[in-house]
Amino acid sequence: MVKVTIDNISIEVEDGTMILEAARKIGGKIVPPAMCYYSKLKKTGGKCRTCLVKVAESSSRDPRPMPKLVASCSTPVQDGMVVQNITSKEVLDARKAIVEFLLINHPLDCPVCDQAGECDLQDLSFLHGVMATRYEEGRREYPAIDIGSYIKLHMNRCIHCYRCVFVADQLTDQRVHGMFYRSDSMEISTYIQNVVDNDFSGNVIDACPVGALTDRTFRFKSRVWFLKPIDAHRECNKCCGKVTAWMFGNEIYRITGRKDQWGEVEEFICNECRFERKEIKDWFIEGPRKIKRQSVISANKYEKLLKPNQK
Amino acid sequence: MGRKILTGLVTVPGIRSFPVYRGEGGYMSVEKALCEMTPIDIIKEVTKSGLRGRGGAGFPTGLKWSFLDRKPDKPHYLVCNADESEPGTFKDRFLMENMPHLLIEGLIISSFALGANTCYIYVRGEFKYIIGLLNKAIREAYENKFLGENILGTGYSLDIFVHPGAGAYICGEETALLESLKGKRGNPRIKPPFPAYKGLYDCPTVVNNVETIATVGPIIIMGGEEYASIGKGKSTGTKLISACGNINNPGVYEIELGLPVEDFIYSQEYCGGIRDGKRLKAVVAGGSSVPVLPADLILSTPQGQKRLITFESMQEGGFDSGTMLGSGGFIVYNEDQCMVRNTWNFTRFYRHESCGQCSPCREGTGWMEKVLYRIEHGKGKVSDIDLLVSVANKIEGNTICPLGDAAAWPVASAIRHFRHEFEYHIEHPEICNRMDHGKLIEQPAASIKYR
Amino acid sequence: MINHHLYKKEGVNVAFSSKILEKVRLIIKRYPDGKQKSALLPILHIAQEESGGYLNVEIMDYVASLLEIQPIEVYEVATFYTMFNLEKTGTYLIEVCRTGPCAISGGEHILDYLEKKLNIKTGETTSDGLFTLKTTECLGACGNAPVMQVNTEYYEFLSNEKIDLILDTLKKMANGNKPEGSRWVEKF
Repeated sequence: MVKVTIDNISIEVEDGTMILEAARKIGGKIVPPAMCYYSKLKKTGGKCRTCLVKVAESSSRDPRPMPKLVASCSTPVQDGMVVQNITSKEVLDARKAIVEFLLINHPLDCPVCDQAGECDLQDLSFLHGVMATRYEEGRREYPAIDIGSYIKLHMNRCIHCYRCVFVADQLTDQRVHGMFYRSDSMEISTYIQNVVDNDFSGNVIDACPVGALTDRTFRFKSRVWFLKPIDAHRECNKCCGKVTAWMFGNEIYRITGRKDQWGEVEEFICNECRFERKEIKDWFIEGPRKIKRQSVISANKYEKLLKPNQK
Repeated sequence: MGRKILTGLVTVPGIRSFPVYRGEGGYMSVEKALCEMTPIDIIKEVTKSGLRGRGGAGFPTGLKWSFLDRKPDKPHYLVCNADESEPGTFKDRFLMENMPHLLIEGLIISSFALGANTCYIYVRGEFKYIIGLLNKAIREAYENKFLGENILGTGYSLDIFVHPGAGAYICGEETALLESLKGKRGNPRIKPPFPAYKGLYDCPTVVNNVETIATVGPIIIMGGEEYASIGKGKSTGTKLISACGNINNPGVYEIELGLPVEDFIYSQEYCGGIRDGKRLKAVVAGGSSVPVLPADLILSTPQGQKRLITFESMQEGGFDSGTMLGSGGFIVYNEDQCMVRNTWNFTRFYRHESCGQCSPCREGTGWMEKVLYRIEHGKGKVSDIDLLVSVANKIEGNTICPLGDAAAWPVASAIRHFRHEFEYHIEHPEICNRMDHGKLIEQPAASIKYR
Repeated sequence: MINHHLYKKEGVNVAFSSKILEKVRLIIKRYPDGKQKSALLPILHIAQEESGGYLNVEIMDYVASLLEIQPIEVYEVATFYTMFNLEKTGTYLIEVCRTGPCAISGGEHILDYLEKKLNIKTGETTSDGLFTLKTTECLGACGNAPVMQVNTEYYEFLSNEKIDLILDTLKKMANGNKPEGSRWVEKF
């Protein structure tokens, strides 16, 4: 075990833990935001730079600070390390800059985006962004395309986090989409008109931090904040069958994985559960799910609902 | 006349071929190193020589080698970085084209010192004919038993393979290069773990520049102390400087580190002064990534001393009035050149070459390029200048690899030293549509000192 | 708007000759067992050159099958590196360096001259299908500026007269074989 201090709060974690994970163990406001890192997927992180922190002291053995801000998701802690996140102006300034960079080519089409209300980029901009943009140049534009019957790709909104590529690499046996070209022309695509189609492809929707990959079966059906998130499960021979059903009245509008407070799914689910089981009779309803994020759904209006067996 | 450690034999006819090279004393360093020295001896000798990486960062080579994880459970690799793509730099091409066996010699000794049995030379794909030349030289080395199994009867075996790149500046960054060598996109990865622990195929790997490796052979022959006696302070030995732009004699020159910049630019032995009798306006001294300096600051330090071609002297004055030696690519600008257009040009280059994986560089280089394009094409606003400085500052230091810094420095330094040219462009739209129309920019009398 | 390429298969069969296949196997052997993907860049160079100067989906799929990797891994790489063309080009792909050192040494005027001489804009192909004109970033030959490459062969110290000469020579050579030793497959 090693001791690390983040924003003056100390915690002991296992050797090899990343700074971000240590911060999540502490919890609260000192946890750096993460747009590309996804703890459930290997090799993610390091790319979006929103989780940059300052290492004021590298370790008790070598107390020199690290020369640059580091990506907390991919920098392992060392014993005696002292990290500054929200206590460092340098970090907050850098984060503000990253938000600006992520937004300059983002279409800001939130009013017509299905991700609105549960979008990591919205939350990030709300917490760390500035009011006005200084960007006056043209934005990247791509047509929205269907990659298969279940998934819609809005490349305009993509922030190039690579999560969906890792989902396809690590959950499915054949990846057919990937990252093409480079620099600011980089795009996610299937290159040829391929269909992303296998049992676990739908998880790219949950992993996508923005509205670049959305659920076609839920497209324009409702705003997420009008729906009540209900934990449900079913016997499934492909996945765990544990999902969140998003309901309006007694109707299931969509199914997602169960997302934790960091926006990551607890367990990945299969496409059958996600797209093909929209009848209430398909599911055992467990009860309302608490959404602990900044977004509008975190109002938890349904918190007071009772579980069926408590009635 | 400085000593020519690397290029002394360049003028010998046929020096590219093994028999001629061998006849001139070639491969003696391999015999000495493999038969008379241990790997530790070699590393000690290189450390003693004070040799610093010639790719741009100037990190001490002996120290880099000493970091290698020497656990025998995994193979070790030496990868030679010949992905020379830094604008203004063409020294490695010169070396590989003219002295391919000098590089192979260095590779054999270095691989032996590092315990590597396989070595890859990553050559940028555009150098197709050099790939042919290198493979020919490698074949000759195999035929003469300097490569392959049991070299010189020592029991040491080494294979060298040439691997072509395919047009990506970023693959000159060592972790991107290793990714590219694995057949992937050239995306740099976060360090640590450093390649010395987890490099090619997750095995301990050393990545060195062509010139660095080529210097190892001569160091073994002359001894580390002798090599360290050349140069100045911590910048030991000789260095290849590629000089281009508006000078009389563009080309690659081997200089003893410590040569004054003024002598380098004006003496007949080297650049031969500014072409067509024009005046010197600015110099980018270490490849396009380093800050540009106006004539007076490149020739002398802020303290009024002569600026020398050493890692330290170049940096004197910090970012305000200094620059870096980098890869030693001198780009010399005469009074006709437009610094705004040049800054746009470089920024366009970095936008084109950004790998795109991390946000500040992907979005920031594109943003700066678009703003600079506007200024250069008569649609700039006064506020754009400060915007550029701000964006450059926000990219710098926030990216995975140094490309972000490399893109930010030219912009920040050009505005720092040539702000009036940016302002002039904004006040006089349409002034400049080609690089050599810089003379149309009226220079305020006190702002710039031509030389 | 940025090109959003949704390429279609062209419906042609591709395969290397046995001679080239042998070379491909030799190249793969240079990398450790199981790391055959490392051979992707050299093999794509060969594939592009042998199939008329550009990579279509069939060729990339074929290379993927040779290396036992997913086609997507080839597309990702082919789109990343600028030396791979994804669209058909003229017999001669002229790429003029436009980066700083070339630009201050007259590279911009060379490009202007080529546009005028070939009567096309940068990015276009002449109507006879002989020349495609493009720009490229630094070719690492700044001391010999201005520089251009024609199908990966360098032409340096360019001037208008030299361009005239080069274009004439290329036109005459258009139907001939490539000079011996100049192909990628012969470089390894």
